[in-house]
Amino acid sequence: MSGHNESILREPLITGDNITYAKITDDILGPVENKPNKAWWIGFTFASLGALLWVCAVSYTFWTGIGAWGLNKTVGWAWDITGFVWWVGIGHAGTLISAVLLLFRQNWRNSINRSAEAMTIFAVICAATYVVSHMGRPWLAYWVLPLPNQFGSLWVNFNSPLVWDMFAISTYFSVSLLFWYTGLLPDIATIRDRATGMRKKIYTIFSFGWTGSVKTWQRFEAVSLILAGIATPLVLSVHTIVSMDFATSVIPGWHTTIFPPYFVAGAIFSGFAMVQTLLLVARKVLGLENYITMFHIESMNKIILLTGSIVGVAYLTEFFIAWYSGSEYEQYTFLNRFIGPYWWAGCMMYGCNVLMTQLMWFKKIRTNIRLSWCLSIVVNIGMWFERFVIIVLSLHRDYLPSSWAMFYPTWVDVSVFVGSIGLFFTLFLLFLRVLPSIAIAEVKLLLKTSSEQAKMQQIKSGHENKEYVAEYIESLEKFDSVKQEDYAKL
Amino acid sequence: MSNIKYILGSFGDPDEMMHGIDKLQENNISIFDVYTPMPIHGIEAKLGIKRSRIDIAAFCFGITGTCAAFALIYFCAVIDWKVNIGGKPSFAFPDFIPIMFELTVLFCAFGMVLTYYASTHLFPGRAPRVMDLRATNDRFVIAIDAKENVAHLEIDSLLKGAGALEVKYNERKYISYE
Repeated sequence: MSGHNESILREPLITGDNITYAKITDDILGPVENKPNKAWWIGFTFASLGALLWVCAVSYTFWTGIGAWGLNKTVGWAWDITGFVWWVGIGHAGTLISAVLLLFRQNWRNSINRSAEAMTIFAVICAATYVVSHMGRPWLAYWVLPLPNQFGSLWVNFNSPLVWDMFAISTYFSVSLLFWYTGLLPDIATIRDRATGMRKKIYTIFSFGWTGSVKTWQRFEAVSLILAGIATPLVLSVHTIVSMDFATSVIPGWHTTIFPPYFVAGAIFSGFAMVQTLLLVARKVLGLENYITMFHIESMNKIILLTGSIVGVAYLTEFFIAWYSGSEYEQYTFLNRFIGPYWWAGCMMYGCNVLMTQLMWFKKIRTNIRLSWCLSIVVNIGMWFERFVIIVLSLHRDYLPSSWAMFYPTWVDVSVFVGSIGLFFTLFLLFLRVLPSIAIAEVKLLLKTSSEQAKMQQIKSGHENKEYVAEYIESLEKFDSVKQEDYAKL
Repeated sequence: MSNIKYILGSFGDPDEMMHGIDKLQENNISIFDVYTPMPIHGIEAKLGIKRSRIDIAAFCFGITGTCAAFALIYFCAVIDWKVNIGGKPSFAFPDFIPIMFELTVLFCAFGMVLTYYASTHLFPGRAPRVMDLRATNDRFVIAIDAKENVAHLEIDSLLKGAGALEVKYNERKYISYE
């Protein structure tokens, strides 16, 4: 399997010396097999308080109806759909990392795919709760399904993007869950075979009797590849359909053909920002610096830069088309984003998403952990405002000036949103405690070819081109987990 | 000696394990199975394991999903209850495509993964049939049926010669039942 060495020019994916297969297992299972540290408890306390707030706010909404929110007859969709699209978009990075990067053979995905997929699942859960609670009568949520009924049968309207969305989101959630869980089986088996007592019993049930025999692995790899192949168009279709919820309407600012690619790029953009937000903290708190290296951080920042720029081009196209269409309603909607009462939301959207991400062109900023983290938060805020601007700004000033209105969120709106963040972090923190946050088996695959120690041996063997070695050593300078003095001698 | 059921060669390195398989096969010793903590590329060819046909199953499930979605929408929207939307035709095929695509993916994913679980005997609560507990951690284990291959000393020296860190003689097939 490692009959040939990887090119010395490629940066290492696992840093540190004396990394063995056993050490990989120990390092990754550290947080699962030991008692949580103080940082985890502090995070969990805040997150679970947020989740509690969410439970209260959603229950209150169910009890009183969506009159509890700040909606009015002009603005009939506001924070609910903003939150829904925001969360679904965040979810997309997980599938992108696990599926698209697998098809492109990007080995660096191996150490970040597990937690990114977990993030996908939790984000889609948050999004789905918005869909159910904005229905007004959530106990009739099953009406979106094409079930035989006593009204005719009167079926759902298959021409409606909202029905497509129901199929898309539920397929996306269940397929992501399947993909994630199948990938987890070998790692759950690793925990099982190290555990004793009650823990062993529990992990035995969840490991499905995994053994790691040749045939199991062979089929596992085939299944992973096919799942990646079908999850790739799936993830693109999901946000395409989400964008069609708007694009098939006749509201100025929504009625644009550019929406599907624009929303997909925006989804990947915000999703990678959330992965960055989570992993920059997790790698430090869980001590996983050797597996989630500066190379991973920089690569993700490059994807944020690319997708942020695609989103920027989409914004420009929208403005051009609004002007070029000659439709005064269309033109007014886009002007209103800067000169209307919501000018500050427009500035947040364009400023955070387009201007701030352009800083990523500088290598110093891309490889600075604190700045990367701050920028990832900026992107998250910017993408929330993007959805707010698209949804509320197109609605609040409609065709009839006498019905123009503003949207003011109530405490319930705010609590549902803040609470959903709490719910998300509660689920993520629990995930870190009970399941390995890095795909152990997949990282082990990299040890003999792409680790720093394997490359060190290559250099020491003396067969490598001197210029290439010099370039490789230079590329290591940005790594915070590499001992630079080892290379000074060479 | 007679109580020994399986001989396990436990390697610390996948390349040495592959070398061990070569050595055993050169000496006509049949290998029962190999347990590894990660997928080993090229091992199927060496052990003569046929390619997985799960991709064919996946395709069939996917096509079933496409047809099921089309049948459902066609029945509901065209046959059973036509909704007059501005006099437009009820058989609006382009509108059917998103759901047909989603159900193709859904059927394909669930059908394939459930086939995988069924064919590999994976299900919740199944007792793990593990021969060496470290095979999911840091050891690459070759299992040899001790009843079929009686030259135990030869196997021992072949495995150790190839770099096995440990050779175990198990009197029970699966140690995880304890």
